[in-house]
Amino acid sequence: MSHWLPRTYLALVYLLLYVPIAVLVVFSFNDSRTGYEWGGLSLRWYEALFDNRAMVRAMWNSLWLALSAATVSTLIGALTALALHRYRFRGKQILNGMLFVVMMSPEIVLAISLLALFLLVGMQLGYVSLLLAHVTFCLPFVVITVMARLSGFDERLPEAARDLGASDFVMTRTVLIPVIMPALLAGWLLGFTLSLDDVVVSTFVSGPTYEILPLRIYSMVRVGLKPEVNALGTLLLVFSLVMLILSQWILLRSRR
Amino acid sequence: MASDSDLSCTGLVRRFSGHAAVDHVSLNVPAGTFFSILGPSGCGKTTLLRMLAGFDKPDQGDIYIRGQRMNDVPPNRRPVNMVFQHLALFPTMSVGDNIGYGLKRQKVPLAERRKRIAEVLEQVGLPGLEGRNPQQLSGGQRQRVALARCLVLKPTLLLLDEPLGALDLKLREQMKVELKHLQKAFGTTFVYITHDQSEAMVMSDQVAVMKDGRFDQVAPPEALYREPATPFVAGFVGDNNRISGDLVAVQGELAEIRLDDGSLVRGRIASDDLETGGRVDLFIRPESLVLAGDALNSGYSGMDACIRSTLFDGANSRVEAEGAGNNTLYARLPQDGSAPRFNENATVRLAWDPALARVFGARI
Repeated sequence: MSHWLPRTYLALVYLLLYVPIAVLVVFSFNDSRTGYEWGGLSLRWYEALFDNRAMVRAMWNSLWLALSAATVSTLIGALTALALHRYRFRGKQILNGMLFVVMMSPEIVLAISLLALFLLVGMQLGYVSLLLAHVTFCLPFVVITVMARLSGFDERLPEAARDLGASDFVMTRTVLIPVIMPALLAGWLLGFTLSLDDVVVSTFVSGPTYEILPLRIYSMVRVGLKPEVNALGTLLLVFSLVMLILSQWILLRSRR
Repeated sequence: MASDSDLSCTGLVRRFSGHAAVDHVSLNVPAGTFFSILGPSGCGKTTLLRMLAGFDKPDQGDIYIRGQRMNDVPPNRRPVNMVFQHLALFPTMSVGDNIGYGLKRQKVPLAERRKRIAEVLEQVGLPGLEGRNPQQLSGGQRQRVALARCLVLKPTLLLLDEPLGALDLKLREQMKVELKHLQKAFGTTFVYITHDQSEAMVMSDQVAVMKDGRFDQVAPPEALYREPATPFVAGFVGDNNRISGDLVAVQGELAEIRLDDGSLVRGRIASDDLETGGRVDLFIRPESLVLAGDALNSGYSGMDACIRSTLFDGANSRVEAEGAGNNTLYARLPQDGSAPRFNENATVRLAWDPALARVFGARI
């Protein structure tokens, strides 16, 4: 008697979260033109999706942008986290705080200011401007993830490595990087997903030469919801599930 | 520098914002010695050890290892290895890779590396554990891996930074003995720092007692215990009773001291700066106190004391008594059946051989 209320509540919450996604997946295999009625099983929207050259190009563009933005921000972010963790220097607190400001400030503000900056220096809007913008908003997330890992890092490990004959470079390669690897992977994945589905900042700083997926979808749904979008959503869902499983598997293996 | 000494330091000073953490320390450790540095926390022993390892540089003074000046040699080039307080085993590597880490840096080929790892694991009593993860081992086993990781490199000098601190009492007792045996078996010079005087006493050939950045006394454990050179050593190493009074007379080696209630006690003079009439402290060990009934040796000094309580602790059982001049005294209770049972507030005579008591000028 006392159990059914919390259980029903929980079931409702999960239904609310997952029913729309399930509907999207089911309707991506729908043979009907309209999104409201079931017309039999079909892969026609997947075909339509891959026939849509602009869409496929936008997908590759987005993947490439997310890959490069995640990689660049992981590199810069890891070094920033190390510096913030290991050294004391003037302005450390300010630097630390400024990262949070980027993370907390409304995306629209970041978008406008980045656009203003790019226009000011006369930069052509396209891949490079998108990359710079995406690295900017991914960076704090990477820094925080790596810092969290470093806070549990035994300060004696680098010393032990040095003591056993390792140079600083060898110590970094053999001791430091393996220890922070899970954080680097997590930060990278976080950056990848943030970059992949960003709309607000991208709207401002992208140009006609480099169209990316979220903007393409956005412009598609403005003229009416096409079932193609369902197919695309399903593909993206499968892709992120694979990524998630992969990252968990790597984490588990490293913890073994 | 004498070449038969593995480590020698002259006038080492290390200051942190004006405060001298290590203050003109000189030391000389002959090859094959187990040398301990014993001191309370904050006495500068860790700073000293870090300078020996190369993680810190002295502001003054020189460090020589086998006659080679080490001041400007970085830690990875010193013939010195260190066992860290929390061991610092690499969590992402297996036991074998941890131990092979230093060998790999020395570019020892794989086959030989494997052989030497297996050998050293055998020597520390963990044969065949190469493939394990350090996290899977017990505290005592991790300890041995940390030792093996250093010893496999055959360092001139092995530094140990309170490595037994994290172990529970029973295991610590066991590791003390084992560490001493390993040191003898490997013949490596050990420099061991600890705040636990029992660790230092059991294992060491030489113990340096450190206080406020300086060495108070450097001596073999027994000499340290029987002939402490300073009141600090007398109070810090082993249990001791301190009795305060005024020096009234000196007869040869013995001092006569008047306690605050007027009674007189005697003890051997341990420092040469005593003045008649000055304030002095007499130190007498609990096991040197005799609970004298009637059969009192005529040469003994003593005082009446009131029993406060009996503290039973097996071989280390003691009585707590309040002696003349409000001095609290502990006397060991022999467990051979000779000790009488005491009632609280009973008055007993506590006596001692004056030659076993040590008298120092009182610290102000």
